[in-house]
Amino acid sequence: MKKWEDNKAWFMVIPVFLVVAVSAILPLMTVVNYSIQDIFGPDNRVFVGLEWYQEVLSDTRLHDALKRQLLFSSLVLLIEIPLGVLIAMLMPKRGWGASLSLVLVALPLLIPWNVIGTIWIIFTRPDIGLFGAAINALGVPFDHTAAPFDAWVTVLLMEVWHWTPLVVLLAYAGLQAIPEAYFQAARIDGASTWATFRYIQLPKMRGVLTIAVLLRFMDSFLIYAEPFVLTGGGPGNSTTFLSIYLVKLAVGQFDLGPAAAFSMIYFLIVLLFCWLFYQALLKVGTGDKS
Amino acid sequence: MALVLENVSKSVAGELHIDNISLQLEPGTFNVLLGRTLSGKTSLMRLMAGLDRPSKGRVLMDGKDVTGLPVRKRDVAMVYQQFINYPSMTVYKNIASPLRLAKVDAAEIDRRVREVAEMLHIEDLLERLPVELSGGQQQRTAIARALVKDTQLLLLDEPLVNLDYKLREELRIEMRDIFKRRKSIVVYATTEPLEALALGGNTAVMDEGRLEQFGNTIDVYQHPQSIKIAQAFSDPAMNFVRGEVAEKTVKFGSAAEIPLQGHLFDLTEGDYQFGMRAGHLHLNRKSAADVAFQADVDLAEISGSETFVHVAHNGSSWIVQRQGVHQHAMGEQVEVYVDPSRLYVFNRHGERVVSPGNFQEVLN
Repeated sequence: MKKWEDNKAWFMVIPVFLVVAVSAILPLMTVVNYSIQDIFGPDNRVFVGLEWYQEVLSDTRLHDALKRQLLFSSLVLLIEIPLGVLIAMLMPKRGWGASLSLVLVALPLLIPWNVIGTIWIIFTRPDIGLFGAAINALGVPFDHTAAPFDAWVTVLLMEVWHWTPLVVLLAYAGLQAIPEAYFQAARIDGASTWATFRYIQLPKMRGVLTIAVLLRFMDSFLIYAEPFVLTGGGPGNSTTFLSIYLVKLAVGQFDLGPAAAFSMIYFLIVLLFCWLFYQALLKVGTGDKS
Repeated sequence: MALVLENVSKSVAGELHIDNISLQLEPGTFNVLLGRTLSGKTSLMRLMAGLDRPSKGRVLMDGKDVTGLPVRKRDVAMVYQQFINYPSMTVYKNIASPLRLAKVDAAEIDRRVREVAEMLHIEDLLERLPVELSGGQQQRTAIARALVKDTQLLLLDEPLVNLDYKLREELRIEMRDIFKRRKSIVVYATTEPLEALALGGNTAVMDEGRLEQFGNTIDVYQHPQSIKIAQAFSDPAMNFVRGEVAEKTVKFGSAAEIPLQGHLFDLTEGDYQFGMRAGHLHLNRKSAADVAFQADVDLAEISGSETFVHVAHNGSSWIVQRQGVHQHAMGEQVEVYVDPSRLYVFNRHGERVVSPGNFQEVLN
């Protein structure tokens, strides 16, 4: 009788379970389904086992896209997290300045993704774009439609401009939550600004920064709209990140089997990295060396 | 070695937080700042520490003017209401941090850290992080950090407020013993009169940014200079009844009258406010000399082994503190008795005229 009462709670979980099943688990199962079959038509499909996985894993273009993607996401984290924390620390803590700077910082987050792409295409155009023309005038040749490196940098700039504000907001919230007494205590101890940052602000921001790292990693790893709008993955393959390549495979060439296998691998990679980050961030700064 | 505040005022954005306070604190003394929330205790401590600069007046340490001296050049330590420790450092490193910043050599640091840790009974927790400690242990760590430097001035801003009752009692007793043996000037802010009494030493009663009275804790409790101070240093609040002195008797309205005797003997004719502590009111006659008042019960509040009976007499609310658990119905008519030798007398301006002579009650 006790057991039955205890298990009643499971009924309460059914609605959530149904929503998750329909929105996440069923589509995922469909993808799994596709990834182990060769589909010629609605009623004509052949079970092929792990063939697509083998094919995808030995695809050198995918290897390139993965390397490109890892480099991109690492740079995004290396730039956005410190930059976000720095901006958050420079923002006023109270008064009208605080409200104003919050609004200004949040602006990029309010702009639709495809509009961001358009803004940056125009901004970086070598002929009429403010940024592109200015940098060309300084004697540095810049053309995102022709030079792979320039296109790559432009996508990175877009990402940083668009999403650093999120890190700023998270870090700012984390900083605001630190009781004033901590700073007083540090002043009384005679701690330097750096020591105050290192031993009070940074540890106290740990929770929000963990979330920031995970979000920015996942998002940047799944980046699609920016390179798609800018050059569609070019010039050449220079901005063909994983999702761009995936869409080319699935929609462009209609290779549903390999694309599904690719999706599964993609999903597992994101999951694996998030887990690694999470584990690492749980331990950092706690003195736990295991 | 004394800390002297000379006519110190502090206003923030046009609002006066500290109003012309002069105070001298001697080394080796324990000083309680008693006052309600927002009475200026924390502001005053910030001025003493050098975290803020007074708008007016001077702060002297050992006779030297330190008014403008920044906090890092002063010899102070502070403990807060919140448990403030460096989150990513172990207890050991936390306690050692002020010494490290002061460039003390490692062997000496180790010796002193272990010494204070032992004093605060956290010697087994030295390798833990603050998050792995209970609230009491976190505050012990913070106190250890403040003690390790052996500063001239040690400020404790309501350090026990966030702890549960048992821990508070325990730590309060320990702190009293620890501070007894030190040469520092210790300043301890609290909102609780009973805590001030338990800690002893000196007490400064504060109200609305002003220093109302400063002196030996027992003295201040026994001889509050005004109704305001008596109220601030009374828990539960002091009860008052108006009385008129004429022809060597006190008339409490038409309710009761007593002859002038004992400490009341020298009262001149006129109107007075008579103060009675809740613990001095009884619901049964203790002696033939007791004054009796008619009152109606509003509420009986049982707290542990005591009962606080809220009664109304002639429009004023009183609280009678009774030992033991008692039930009282609302509206019940009672007689409230008080021994006349326990009466505090204030004039119409709220200034003390006389207070009861011998002090027998400190704490039960």
